[in-house]
This record gives sequence, C-alpha cells and structure tokens, in this order.
Amino acid sequence: MILPLTDISKQDTRTLCLQMSFIQGTDLFGYVGIEAVLDQMRSKTMKAGFEFNIMVVGQSGLGKSTLVNTLFKSKVSRKSCTPNYEEKISKTVKLHTVSHVIEEKGVKMKLTVIDTPGFGDQINNENCWEPILKYVNEQYEKYLREELHVNRKRRIPDSRVHCCIYFLPATGHRLRPIDVEFLKRLGKIVSIVPIIAKADTLTIEERQEFKERIRQDLAANGIHVYPQKEYDEDPEERILNDRIRESIPFAVVGTDKEHQVNGNKVLGRKTKWGIIEVENVAHCEFANLRDLLIRSHLQDLKDVTHNIHYETYRVRRLNESNMDFSELGLSTWLLENGTADKWESESHL
Amino acid sequence: GFLKRVQTGDKGVRPLSLAGHVGFDSLPDQLVNKSICQGFCFNILCIGETGIGKSTLMDTLFNTNFENFESSHFEPQVKLRAQTYDLQESNVRLRLTVVNTVGFGDQMNKQESYQPVVDYIDRQFESYLQEELKIKRSLHNYHDSRVHACLYFISPSGHSLKSLDLVTMKKLDSKVNIIPVIAKADTISKSELHKFKIKIMSELVSNGVQIYQFPLDDETVAKVNTTMNGHLPFAVVGSTEEVSVGNKMVKARQYPWGVVQVENENHCDFVKLREMLICVNMEDLREQTHTRHYELYRRCKLEEMGFKDTGPESKPVSLQQTYEAKRQEFLVELQKREDEMRQMFVQRVKEKESELKEAERELQSRFEQLKRLHADEKAALEEKKRLLDEDQSSFSKRRAAAQLLQAQSLTANGKKDKDRKK
Repeated sequence: MILPLTDISKQDTRTLCLQMSFIQGTDLFGYVGIEAVLDQMRSKTMKAGFEFNIMVVGQSGLGKSTLVNTLFKSKVSRKSCTPNYEEKISKTVKLHTVSHVIEEKGVKMKLTVIDTPGFGDQINNENCWEPILKYVNEQYEKYLREELHVNRKRRIPDSRVHCCIYFLPATGHRLRPIDVEFLKRLGKIVSIVPIIAKADTLTIEERQEFKERIRQDLAANGIHVYPQKEYDEDPEERILNDRIRESIPFAVVGTDKEHQVNGNKVLGRKTKWGIIEVENVAHCEFANLRDLLIRSHLQDLKDVTHNIHYETYRVRRLNESNMDFSELGLSTWLLENGTADKWESESHL
Repeated sequence: GFLKRVQTGDKGVRPLSLAGHVGFDSLPDQLVNKSICQGFCFNILCIGETGIGKSTLMDTLFNTNFENFESSHFEPQVKLRAQTYDLQESNVRLRLTVVNTVGFGDQMNKQESYQPVVDYIDRQFESYLQEELKIKRSLHNYHDSRVHACLYFISPSGHSLKSLDLVTMKKLDSKVNIIPVIAKADTISKSELHKFKIKIMSELVSNGVQIYQFPLDDETVAKVNTTMNGHLPFAVVGSTEEVSVGNKMVKARQYPWGVVQVENENHCDFVKLREMLICVNMEDLREQTHTRHYELYRRCKLEEMGFKDTGPESKPVSLQQTYEAKRQEFLVELQKREDEMRQMFVQRVKEKESELKEAERELQSRFEQLKRLHADEKAALEEKKRLLDEDQSSFSKRRAAAQLLQAQSLTANGKKDKDRKK
C-alpha cells in the first residue's frame, strides 16, 4: 500500500527537503541482511556490560541480605555469612551501598545493592523514609547533572535505583502504617516490588488471604507497585503483567544453604518438620520473584526507571529551576543566524 | 567497555563468582526483544552527481523498488530529497530513510554545493538536540532522523578525486560517517581500479579527510572489518534487473560483450558494501553517529550559546547559573531589540509627519500663489475694464459733441441758405 506523498509543511521553505514519502510494509524481494542488526546489538551490549541497582528496604531481621544472596547466588552481602553476626541497630536510617561484578555466560553485570539498615527499627519511625527518598532523588540528580554537561561522558554512570524490594513482615493481617507511608511516597518515584518476607510462617491459605488484603490496602491507598498498569505498552505485555499483578506480593523464603532432597541438591531451609525448598514453587514464590526481577523484567525495570521515573524527576527539576531551553533560543539562534532578512522585512513600515 | 575500568580498580567493586545459574544471561535477549518491539531506524545519505546511480544502488542494496524520479541537470541549487520507508525482514522492522542529493555537481559554480548537505545534517542534529532539551520530552519514541551513513559516490574517472569531492568530504567528515564508493565501477578495468583505489585513499589521507573505518575493537568482527578496510573505497555496480547466468537469475547488467553480475565478488564490491553497511556494522554506524558526531554537534552548539561546564576559575558551574546568566543576557538582548524597533518606529513616524507637514506647507504656498495670481489678474482685468469704460465714456462724449456740432452746423447752414435765398 502506498500512501500519498506528503509535504513537510513544518519545515522552513528555504530548506532543502522536498518531500517525505511513506511506503508501508514494503516487501523485500530477497535477502538484505537487516536482521543481522539484532546480533550486532547483542554483541555490543554484551561487550559494554550492564548495570543494575537494587535497593532492599525493611526492618532488620526480615532476611534482606539473605534474600539478595539467594537471588544472585553469591555472597553479595557479607552480613548473613559471618557467623555470630549481631545486628547493630543504628539510630538513623543509614544507606549502605555495595557493588559487585558478576558474570554469566559472557554477560557481565555490575550489581549494586543498596541496603537500608535502621528502617522501621526505631521506637519513633516518623520520617524514616526520608533518607531513602533523599538517596533516590540524589541519584536522579547526579544523572541529570551529567546529562546536562556540555562535555559529557560517552556512557553516563547509572546509579539510579532500578528496583526497590520492600519487605513486609508476615503478620498475616494487613499493611501497617509504616508500610503505607513508605509505599505511598516511594511508589511515586521508584519501582517498588513488595514481598512477604520469611513467608514460611504462613500456611497457603493464610498466605492467600494476606496477599488479598494487602492488594486491597494498596488499591485503597492509591499505591502503584511494579509492574504499574499504566506503563503496559501493548496488550501482550498487559496480559503478562496482569498475571504478575494478581500474585503480588510474592511470598518468599531465602537461604543459601543446600540440602539433599530426593537425591538432588536443593536450596532450602531445614526444619524439624521438613525442608522448605526455596526454588520449589509449591513451597514459596521465590522462583517467581527471581524470574520477574532477573530473567524477564530486568531490562524493563531499567527502562521504566529511565523513561518514566527519571523523566518525571527531570521535568520537575527543570520546571523548578525555570529552565526552559526553548525559551532561551535554540530557535531564536536559528532565527538570528539563518534568517537575517526576516528581521529586515519586519522593519519596513 | 566499562567493565575494564571496573576490573582495574574501581574502588568498592569486586568480581564475585556465582554458585549457580542466576539467569541474567538473558539480559541481552531482553534488550533485543524490546528493540524488536520498538523497531530500528536507519538513515542513509547519498551524495553524488546526477545520474551516477544513487537510486539504483539503494534499490539494489535493499532489494526493493523505491520511488525514483529522474532528476534534471538544470537545478539551480543543490537540494536534498528525503524518503522514508518501513521495511521488514523476518521479525525486524526497519524504518529506513534515504536522502539523495539533487543536482549535485550540475551547477557552473560549485563553491556552495556542499552547504545544503551540511545544513541538512545539522538540522537533524538540531532537531534531536531540541527534543533532548525539552522539558517534557519523548526520546525513546522519537523518530531519529540523524544521518547514520553517508555514501559518497565517486565518479569512475579512473584518475583521481575531483576537487568538489575533496571539499565536500572535508566539510562532512566530522559530522557524519563517510563511506566513499566508486560508482558505475563496470567502466573501469581491474588493474585501473586497483590504481584508482590507491590514488583515492592517498588523496583522502593527504587532505586529512576522516572517512568511516570499520571498527576493530570487537573480536567477533575485527578480522572481517580489517580486511574490508583494506578494500575501501568499494567499487560498486547497481542493478535491479535480472539476467540469466548459467541456470540462475542474477542481478546483473547485460552488455554485448558480457554480463556484469552485481553479486559476484569478482566483478564488483557490491556484496562487500552490503556486508559492511548492513550485516556487520549497522549498529556501530548508529552508535558512532550518536556518541561521536551528535555529541560534537551538541558540545559546539551549547558552547556557542555560552554554556560551559567550568567557570573562570575552573570551578564547576551549575547549569542553572549559566542558564540564568544566559537568560538575562537573552532578555536584555530582547529588550534592546524591542527598544531599537520602537525607536525606529518613532523615527519613521516623525519622518512621515514632517514629510506630511512639508507637503501641507507646499500646498498652502501654492494656494497663496494662485490666489495672488488670481487677484493680480482680476486687478488687471478691472484696470482694463476701467480703461475700456473710460474709452467708452470719452467716445460717448465725443460722439455727443460731434452730434451736437453736426446739429449746430446743420442749423447754421440752413440759416446761411435762408440768408442767400433772400
């Protein structure tokens, strides 16, 4: 189907483009080699490597470090690995960042885990989200500044938080005030994935009820967690994400210990009444979380952070500083330097 | 890549070994799948004289029939014609824009021939920059129109580059990836071609023209790219017509003396061009355009507008400060212009007013003059009338006197007669 030629009336008539024509779905009569671009892209991104920044938020003792270690099958966080580790309750929420480079099948990733010890641990937890809010915004600010430089780096270092895992204690009831406050405020600026921590204290029915009540509470408070409905790009994605939205928050159990089950080595927690197999979907939803975060939606988490959260921040910042470059005059520069005669004609009365 | 930096001592980052399969090896696939959904953009600019075979080559490269117009040789100025097409091969959608020069090399005076091309390229950068600097922007949906590859068509003279070629390429080498090709290469013999290629490359080097080098930093393609770099510039032949050779139909040009097969590597470098341009380096061409050529444009443009990263004592200047300063400057300038315009307007009004006054005065004096003239004439006429009247009255008097005399003389004569008769 050939669409009629259209004029670019937007462009200045003094320019040079005569026409733009649009032919849709032109069939190629033979091999061209366009699909090789996929491999080119793949090899370039593998060479460059990936960055991923994940934040874990929750009271101490909920298993944050263990979960991260389980997710990435390595000793990302040293805490859970040192024997007789005693958690020191800090007086304020102090963010703690640790970075590692991990590689799998040629794919290199710089993983940064941001821990938030002290969150929710005080007697008075008012405003305990503020250091976290500040940190998230600081990373956006850093990126924005670099992006606005005249001389900028070929690749802007990305320290923005791509994903925030929020640990809900397995009370079995509902969201607590601290949960609501945090999720409301941070949910606007970062992609939050809430999980039920140490879920082995809930039976399956208790778990389902708890999840349902949490989902209700989230909806009632207008909290949008990842994956946000409004960012679904096409019907396929919507179907996929709807399924995920129906099962959040994932009920997880974490461990780095392995045990023998039916002749196989599995990651699990050994108790007197049985072994909780972490990667067994009948036992807990760790595998679902891992698949979501890493195997299917990792790139999407980064994209949502970059295209949506960061852009929102940027709009707000530029508006605050009253910075409107179009006002300044990229266009007036063109006017001055391209069309001096336009100015002339204006002054003939 | 950045990982090299990391491994040589980026503080706080250690390599970590994994105890099992985590699954982020699917990342490149996740990325690629997203790109497939979005589609790719590729923009080629073809510069060459009218009739040198630009459109035919594009048709041959992309195995399709784009709309082509035969251009006249009498264009007064070089123009550019851009056409955009949506192509699809298996699951890859490509939005291809082909920009051709129209009338290049046809003018008598070719001094300004390169300018429209430079302007076009800059305009696309400008467009992107404006989008990037917008407050509410939509970069990942933006239709990227920046030129990713520039095919420069060299006439198959067999001797050397024309000065137009050198001048044009020199103006473009810092703005776009230039890939020179020898067009209509079937008019040159193999040995002449070899000499021609060497001559061209040495002229480019001695004139400091930076053409696009196929990248060597990726091991998977370094070998083939090195070989190909040695074959530059590619000598190409284009054709969409098929001729039967042996028992196959191949794209070729049929002459009485033989058949030149486009896809035969012994006949021309077309296959090499297609390999390099599309199959191996399309992504690199796009990346270089964005990270090198566009960044250079952006840097120059911002610096021109007065933005810089560091202030007079090399202290980092916040963009906001620079922006505020620039904005003040701009507003002052605007105010000045406004004042100038207002002054000019006032001036003009004054001038007009005085012109009008002058005209009025003139009119008035003419009127006076006429009035006087009229009065003079009237006086003259009155004088004449008076004289006439006087004349008339004196005549009347004389006539009356004459009559009287006559009457008197008559009566006197009568008396005399009476006297005589006595």
